[in-house]
Amino acid sequence: MIRATCRSFVKSLSFLAFVIAYATSVSAKLAALKKGRFMIVVKDLVKEFGVHKAVDRISFEIQKGEILGFLGPNGAGKSTTMKMLTCFLAPTSGFISVDGIATDQDPQTVKTRIGYLPETSASYTDMNVTEFLRFIGEVRGFSGLQLEERVEASIQKCFLEAVRFQTIDTLSKGYRQRVGFAQAILHDPPVLILDEPTDGLDPNQKHEVRNLIRNMGREKCIILSTHILEEVEELCTRVIIISKGRIVADGKPDEIRSRSSEYYNIDVSIHQVDATEAAQKLKSISGVKAVEVLPSAQSGLLNFRIVPDKQQNLLGQVSELARKEHWVLENLSLLPGKLDDVFRSLTMEGRA
Amino acid sequence: MKNFVPVFKRELGAYFNSPVAYVFLFIFLIATGGCSFWLGGFYERMQADLSAFFMWHPWLYLFLIPAVGMRLWAEERKSGTIELLFTLPVTLPEAVLAKFAAAWCFIGIALSMTFPIVLTVGYLGNPDYGVIICSYLGSFLMAGAYLAIASLTSAMTKNQVISFVLSVMFCFILVLTGLGVFTQALSNWFSVGVADFLSMFSFSTHFQSLQRGVVDSRDVIYFVSMIVTLLLANMIVLEQKKHQ
Repeated sequence: MIRATCRSFVKSLSFLAFVIAYATSVSAKLAALKKGRFMIVVKDLVKEFGVHKAVDRISFEIQKGEILGFLGPNGAGKSTTMKMLTCFLAPTSGFISVDGIATDQDPQTVKTRIGYLPETSASYTDMNVTEFLRFIGEVRGFSGLQLEERVEASIQKCFLEAVRFQTIDTLSKGYRQRVGFAQAILHDPPVLILDEPTDGLDPNQKHEVRNLIRNMGREKCIILSTHILEEVEELCTRVIIISKGRIVADGKPDEIRSRSSEYYNIDVSIHQVDATEAAQKLKSISGVKAVEVLPSAQSGLLNFRIVPDKQQNLLGQVSELARKEHWVLENLSLLPGKLDDVFRSLTMEGRA
Repeated sequence: MKNFVPVFKRELGAYFNSPVAYVFLFIFLIATGGCSFWLGGFYERMQADLSAFFMWHPWLYLFLIPAVGMRLWAEERKSGTIELLFTLPVTLPEAVLAKFAAAWCFIGIALSMTFPIVLTVGYLGNPDYGVIICSYLGSFLMAGAYLAIASLTSAMTKNQVISFVLSVMFCFILVLTGLGVFTQALSNWFSVGVADFLSMFSFSTHFQSLQRGVVDSRDVIYFVSMIVTLLLANMIVLEQKKHQ
């Protein structure tokens, strides 16, 4: 009898402890959200289309001031994730909050915090640019003078002055993309979600749009998806690589680049030397795993690639050797590693 | 419902921004006029009423209203603007109601442009204007019910042609079940009760009684509840696509 009472007492006590622990962890998370540490929190997000899992337990958090690049091959789940963040699709399971508000609790408020550029940069093509932006402004709750100001500011920011009274139907792809952009930033949202923002733009326009994103990135939280790797390197403070609905890498561009097999390789070009002899000498440096002779376009000039056996910087040792041997160097450089490389190795796994 | 107005305005504007509005108005006016004068025998009847005009409305609406309604959602889905619309702070009921109201309003404009026929009959004789107003009301309500069907089928597909064909078919069934010939055939196969029951759901039955100039609350309630039910189904279909 007493034992039973004791047991039930212990049981209830452990249950209580569990409840308290759970409550504190939840409240800690909520406090972090309230403090505005994270603009976006995604937890165990899953989206199934029939039997196909488009997004498979994705979790990440983004702070204000971050520009997050979403990378992944076509069909990896980038757009689907973005559609769930913007409340267009409902997740099969998982949790999303934007600016401290859960998307399944109050989608209407979440939508006011987000500016979204859809993949197709879809807009009502029967309207002209100003009409369209005015419509967006009205739906966003602006009216009168304020509405006109907002529309004007958007037109200025996205370089649309020349086409402001043109029907969207008649615009080129680059302009349409900018109209989509203007629509997304019209209400100056704290969160911008851009699905392939520079798709279809010419190099000058790409440059302008990237500048725009970079400038806004300081006080906003931006997620952009792209398959242009240089864009990520140029713009993003953080990269998430998705493959088959899962996150396969998450970090700063430099960190991810350092996973490349090329990282810390050294390229050296030497004038007038014997290939085998020079290769031998380079190989003798401690820490060198292999030396490859690369094809050269110039006669008398030999290109070598030095591969270290683990990730270490051998630049000093190589230049020391060159000085000792009185080699005439054309080029001596440490390779920064390629995002491209990492991207391919991560997303091609198990495919071929 | 604060975003009802902008969406409504945009949607109504969309009709007039494209040739759809002008083609529709032209065809609608030609068809209503043509049907009442040639097929309906407007003059030959020697009666100062508009029954020759209104009796053709169920048949004209059968093709013309699905043509107006087919684009409502199918076009948004096809062009991807549905993603834009539903990521703006617009609620589902707002969007569905505003779009429906805009299309209905457009049909109302078309219907009101048939006013010369009222002037004609007024010039030629001494019509009962009460009956005419009542018939216009009935016609407008019936148009709403047709449109609600078109809006629903439009939400189900991204293909406007499929949407058109489906809504014509549904509307046709609802017109048919109220026709005398058809109910007779039905009552041969089933009991008279079944045939009567089916005809209660028909557009024709309820439009005919409104056309007689009697505003029976049952007919008004029929059309209104038809519209409400179909629009609710419309919302469910769209909500379902979000969770697909």
